[in-house]
Amino acid sequence: MLFKQTPSPHIKANISVQDMMFKVLYALIPGALAMMYFFGWGVLFNLIIAISVCLITEAIILRLRQHDVYHTLMDGSALLTACLLALALPSLAPWWLTVIASVFAIAVAKHLYGGLGFNPFNPAMVGYIVVMISFPLEMTLWSTPMGVNAGWPDFSTTFNWVFLGTLPVKETIDSISMATPIDLIKTQLSQLHDITETRNNVRYSALFSSISGTGWQWVNLLFLAGGIWLVKKGVADWRIPTAFLISLVLISNLFSVIDYANNSSAMFHAFSGGTMLCAFFIATDPVTASTTPRGRWIYGASIGALVYIIRNWGGYPDGIAFAVVLMNIAAPLIDYYTQPKVYGDPNR
Amino acid sequence: MTQTDTISKFDGGLTLVAYKHLSTGSAISSMEQCKQYIIPLQQHIGIISQPLVKKGERVLKGQMLAKPGNMISAAVHSPVSGIVSDIKQHEVPHISGLPDLCIFIENDFKDEWIERHPLADDYNQATSSGLRNIIRDAGIVGLGGAAFPSAVKQTEINIKTLILNAVECEPYISCDDVLMREHAQEVLTGADIIGHVIKARQCIIAIEDNKPEAIKAIQSAIDNDGTGFFNIQVVPTIYPSGGEKQLIQIITGEEVPRGRYPAEIGVLCHNVATAYAIYRAVYLDEPLISRITTVTGHGVKQPQNIEVLVGTPVSACIEHCGGYTESSDELIMGGPMMGFSLNSDTLPVVKASNCLLVTAKEENRHKQKHLPCIRCGKCVEVCPVRLLPQQLYWYASSKNVDRLIEHNLFDCIECGCCAYVCPSDIPLVQYYRYAKTTIWQQERERKASDIARQRHEKHQQRLEKIKLEREEKLRQKRELLKKKSNGNAADNKDGDKDNKQAAIAEAIARAQAKKVERNKGKDNENKEPG
Repeated sequence: MLFKQTPSPHIKANISVQDMMFKVLYALIPGALAMMYFFGWGVLFNLIIAISVCLITEAIILRLRQHDVYHTLMDGSALLTACLLALALPSLAPWWLTVIASVFAIAVAKHLYGGLGFNPFNPAMVGYIVVMISFPLEMTLWSTPMGVNAGWPDFSTTFNWVFLGTLPVKETIDSISMATPIDLIKTQLSQLHDITETRNNVRYSALFSSISGTGWQWVNLLFLAGGIWLVKKGVADWRIPTAFLISLVLISNLFSVIDYANNSSAMFHAFSGGTMLCAFFIATDPVTASTTPRGRWIYGASIGALVYIIRNWGGYPDGIAFAVVLMNIAAPLIDYYTQPKVYGDPNR
Repeated sequence: MTQTDTISKFDGGLTLVAYKHLSTGSAISSMEQCKQYIIPLQQHIGIISQPLVKKGERVLKGQMLAKPGNMISAAVHSPVSGIVSDIKQHEVPHISGLPDLCIFIENDFKDEWIERHPLADDYNQATSSGLRNIIRDAGIVGLGGAAFPSAVKQTEINIKTLILNAVECEPYISCDDVLMREHAQEVLTGADIIGHVIKARQCIIAIEDNKPEAIKAIQSAIDNDGTGFFNIQVVPTIYPSGGEKQLIQIITGEEVPRGRYPAEIGVLCHNVATAYAIYRAVYLDEPLISRITTVTGHGVKQPQNIEVLVGTPVSACIEHCGGYTESSDELIMGGPMMGFSLNSDTLPVVKASNCLLVTAKEENRHKQKHLPCIRCGKCVEVCPVRLLPQQLYWYASSKNVDRLIEHNLFDCIECGCCAYVCPSDIPLVQYYRYAKTTIWQQERERKASDIARQRHEKHQQRLEKIKLEREEKLRQKRELLKKKSNGNAADNKDGDKDNKQAAIAEAIARAQAKKVERNKGKDNENKEPG
């Protein structure tokens, strides 16, 4: 009797790339729902636009590259890029901003480098940076969070703004949007109002809550919860988020101890902006992160330090995207110099 | 004695579904004899053995058919009495899939043994070298799967601890488990013989904690023994704790230095089945002509352990176990992690065949096409050698030899953990094997071309030397001729006179020197008596 032959091992763990990508997507759900609750319809529009544009772009390029379109689309990687990008963009981003970022993420950052597994930079973050540099004004358009003044604008206002760029006669963009706490503190500090003063100012006090910003603290807490689940499931590496958070907390704590008035607390940094989204969902993107055990500590900690530097002294509302992409550049070098010593190595 | 808290751990590893119960339900069954046996001459690591018999010759059961080719080699013996019907190339179970020289024995069903001289308990009085010779002549190789000639391993004498490897960490395989259940006493005697040869101070029998019955059987045999030489060490069930280096790390907490032998840290490892084979070789004077093999998997009707003669066709073993099920898919020799699939069941069982695994179609998760590596690092987490499989894969795909060597490709033990966990279904081990062979090939070619180049250079040098010599001779000849013609021309001048004067001066000097010497000699003669 004749048999077919396959290479060893002949058994396989029940695990697939698709499975991993979808677990990451599931883990995003609580945080994404919190974002919709606090920032309104714009978050949903971002998701819809980003997902459709990313998938269409991916399909076209796969077709051009003569790949199996259906199966590759189903691996979930383009969907994940779309979701991360959509959640990073401001909730009142006009439609074309999301489209440009999505096309750039998939076409340039992912496929021009060879597609899944070959991209040196996190595609979502590259897309984000492109629009951040090109359209800095639009990138600050976060809707007024739930619980502050009248909260976020209703469906039709948001829809008209995002897709048509029009607003009801009595409204201006400033009346439906608000600066994020990180951004606000930065501009206030530049006008020599220290943090306590800013937080106690009647015009802004509603923006702040016990831990960090109103809304933002819940968004971050739920991304943290989803992230912990991911780590427990073995999908995300635990070292990168741990190193990232320890480094960010230690550095921000150091500065706030030195100068409380002009530096936000460690808790504020840990639960503001994209911190938890970055820690568990962006910095952990395996393709672009360091892959050695020691390298992951260095990689995560460096991102934490860069995020703090950019948030505090940089000219941008948040530092996540730049920090991640800068460390993406360093990842191959880190990997090379952090090879573990193998079994029986005399220098161990 | 059976504590697990004092032992070390190796990095990585996997917890796998064992499926051992499939084949442990019944006792070891003996197989009926076949008409024909196919004995490959290369069933071990090392040099192929050299045939001692000719086609048409009658051989007896246990007769040596081929002797070891050199130091690292092993003899093979006839499993039955009968006629050597052929000596030719035949497909053998080997990962390369290439045919090799085999001796075919036509069974006469008389089961006539050669004359035997069992040592029985006298092995205690035998010398190390005497026992080692018996083990070598019995053709014993490591039966855990590696098939390294056992006598060669035992030449080291600086060994404190003999580790008996009864870990059997691959799923499905249970031949060592049932061997210990049924032949614990014989296994201990075999280990005692090895201990005697290498003068070990203690013997640790390492068993995975998923074999409680084997542990019990060995424990009671140890209690009967009462010498204190043996100890059981129960180890947790983690693949690949049965790998020699991993087991040594678990038991001793030390890592075998790279490129060295375990003996250098005072340890020698043998498989339990090897100890049993050594018992039979020394105690009963039976060479290695049979072994216990697990025939198992969801693709075979009655999975069980069988005592099978080396050279039996695989098809006969499967038939003995009820045949294939309808959903049978792949035929694997060895375990599911490190075994290799056979393309046909006409191949013979060899000394290293610890398992014949027939998988069922629904179990096969191998995909035709794999996805790109997403560098998730799951492979890094499970690698027992602390390699970076994802980097090795990257460099193996791009054929970057320097980087592959820098990332320690040759330390890979091919355990398959990385490929098992890979979410992209990349057959990583296959890539590493291919890269290793390619590098070896390049190395061989480089050496061959080096030799060729050296020969060419030497040849060129010789030609050059001959040319120079010839030129030198010509030059001398030319000079001589020139001198002669010069001399002739100068005859009439004072040149001749000068020559003569010089010759006279020389003669005078010689005469004076002789005079001085003679006087010296006289002085010495005068002095000596005084």
